[in-house]
Amino acid sequence: MVKLSVKDVYVAKGQNLKVVSKEEKQTVYHSKKLNLWYGEHHALKDIDLEMKENEVTAIIGPSGCGKSTYIKTLNRMVELVPSVCTQGEILYRERNILDNKYQVEELRTKVGMVFQKPNPFPKSIYDNIAYGPRIHGIKNKKVLDEIVEKSLRGAAIWDEVKDRLNQNAYGLSGGQQQRICIARCLAIEPDVILMDEPTSALDPISTLKVEELVQELKENFSIIIVTHNMQQAARISDKTAFFLNGEVIEYEATNHIFSTPTDKRTEDYISGRFG
Amino acid sequence: MVMKQPAEKLSVQELIAQSRSKRSKKVVEKIMPILLFITALISVLTTFGIVFTLIFETIEFFTKVSVIDFLFGTEWLPFSGKEPMYGILPLILGTLKVTFIAVLVAVPLGIAAAIFLSEYASDRTRRLIKPVLEVLAGIPTIVYGFFALTFVTPVLQEIIPGLKIFNALSPGIVVGIMILPMIASLSEDAMTSVPNAMREGALALGSTKLEVAIKIVLPAALSGILASVVLAVSRAIGETMIVSLAGGATPKFDFNVTDSIQTMTAYIVQVSTGDAGYGTTIYYSIYSVGFTLFLFTLLMNLLAHFISKRFREEY
Repeated sequence: MVKLSVKDVYVAKGQNLKVVSKEEKQTVYHSKKLNLWYGEHHALKDIDLEMKENEVTAIIGPSGCGKSTYIKTLNRMVELVPSVCTQGEILYRERNILDNKYQVEELRTKVGMVFQKPNPFPKSIYDNIAYGPRIHGIKNKKVLDEIVEKSLRGAAIWDEVKDRLNQNAYGLSGGQQQRICIARCLAIEPDVILMDEPTSALDPISTLKVEELVQELKENFSIIIVTHNMQQAARISDKTAFFLNGEVIEYEATNHIFSTPTDKRTEDYISGRFG
Repeated sequence: MVMKQPAEKLSVQELIAQSRSKRSKKVVEKIMPILLFITALISVLTTFGIVFTLIFETIEFFTKVSVIDFLFGTEWLPFSGKEPMYGILPLILGTLKVTFIAVLVAVPLGIAAAIFLSEYASDRTRRLIKPVLEVLAGIPTIVYGFFALTFVTPVLQEIIPGLKIFNALSPGIVVGIMILPMIASLSEDAMTSVPNAMREGALALGSTKLEVAIKIVLPAALSGILASVVLAVSRAIGETMIVSLAGGATPKFDFNVTDSIQTMTAYIVQVSTGDAGYGTTIYYSIYSVGFTLFLFTLLMNLLAHFISKRFREEY
C-alpha cells in the first residue's frame, strides 16, 4: 500500500482523481451556519468550514475580520468575553461543541491552543509542561518526566532547556517561551492544536523555527492557525480560508488560493491592495 | 458668516514665547521643588524624632532595670509597690496570643474572599463588595472594641463555659475581623494583577476555574498575598483599643486563651491613662514597651518588603 502524503492527496484531488476512502482524511471540525455576536456587533456570519485531520488549515484576513474570534470559538475560549452569543453548530468529531451539555474542559483537553503572545506560567520549565498532565490526574514522577522530555523534544526545544528544567520559564527568550507553550500544549497529546497568530510577537528566526515545527507537528496533529502573515500561510498550510468582515470569502487548497483566487476580494487582499 | 481675520497674525509659537517670558512662572518653577522638599522633610524628621524619643527614654529605663530582667523575666508586675518586676515576656505572649488567633481567623477568610472577588465575582458583585470591605476597614477600632466586649464575649461564653469576661479569644477574633478586609483587599489586588493571558493558558489546557485559581493565580500572586498577611499581622500586633477593652489587664506567662491577658499596647494605655508620675520607673517602662512594639512592627514591615521582592514570580 502506498502511503500518500497530504500534498499527494491534494494533487490527486486537483486532478479530479478519486482517492480511496481509506486514505480519505477524517473531518475534525465542521462548522455549520455559525453566527456570533458580541453584544450588538455581528462578528461571524454564517461560517461554513470543514477541516480535515493531519492538515494545517490557515485562516487569513485583515484585522477585525473575525479570524481570531473564529479560532477561539473552536475551543470555546470566546465565552470568556461577556455578552457573547452564538448560533449554529460546530461539530468536533461529529459532536456539537456549542451544545451546553458538551463539557468545555473535555473539549479543551482534546483541543490545545497556542496564543499570540507567549504566556508560560510563572513557574519552572518543568512545571509548565507538567501542568496539563497534572491537572488531568497524572501524578507519577517517572511518567511526568517522560512526558516532559517527549513534549519538549516534540516542540524542538529540549536541547536548549534540558539543563535548566527547574528555572523559571520567563528567563527564556520570546521564541523559546512560545515553543515552551507549544510543548505545554503537546504534553496532554491533544487531537487538534489551535494557533492564534503564534509568531506575531516573535523575531524572524524564532518565527522560522515555529514554522518548521508546525510542519513536523502535522504528522500527528491537526493544526488550525490564524495568521496575519500571508507568506506564512502560503509556506506552511495545506488549506487556507480567507475571512473578511466576519464572512468566509474563500476556502481552498493553499496553492490554489495563492495562485488563482476565485474571488476578486481575495485577490486584492493577497496582492496587498488592502489589509 | 465670514470670520474676521485678526489685524495682526500671531503664531502659536509666538504666544508660547510670550507666556514663557512671564516672570511669575519662573519663580513658581523655582519655589515649588523647595516647598515639596520641605514637606517631605517634615515627615522624615517627625519619624526620626519619634524614634529618638523612644530610644532615649528606653535607655533611661534601662538605667533603672537590667536588660536581662526585661528581656527574659516572666513576671510583669510594675505596680507591686515593694518589688516591681519588669519582665516583658508576659506582655509579648499576650500580644502574640491575640495576633495568632486573629491570623487564624483572617488569613483563610481573607484569601478565600480574595479568590472569590478576583476569580468568580462578576464586575457588578465586585463593585458592590469592595466598597463594603473598605467601609469595614474604616470602622474606628474603639467600636470593634466594645463589639468584642459586649457582643462577641457573651456569645462565646454561651459556647465555652469557662470563658472569663476578659480573655484573649474574643479580642483575637475581633482583631481578625478588623484585619480581614486588609488581607482580602490587598490579596485581591495581587490576584487581579495576574495577567489574564495566564488564566487563558491554563483554561485552554482544560483546567476548571478552581484549578486556575488555586494552581495558577494563587502561586503567581503569592508574594502580594504574603505581603498583605505580614502587613495585617503588623497591624494586629499594634492594635490597641480592642485588646484594651476586651483583653483585660493581667499579664500572664501562659498559653491560656480563655483567661484575662494584657498586651504591650494595652499596658501602655493603662499607664498613660493612669497617673504614673513623670520620671518614675513605670513612666519610663512604657517607652521600653513601646520600643519593643516598634521593633516588632518594623520587623514585620521589613519582612513584607523582603517577601514582596524575593518571592515575586516574574511574569
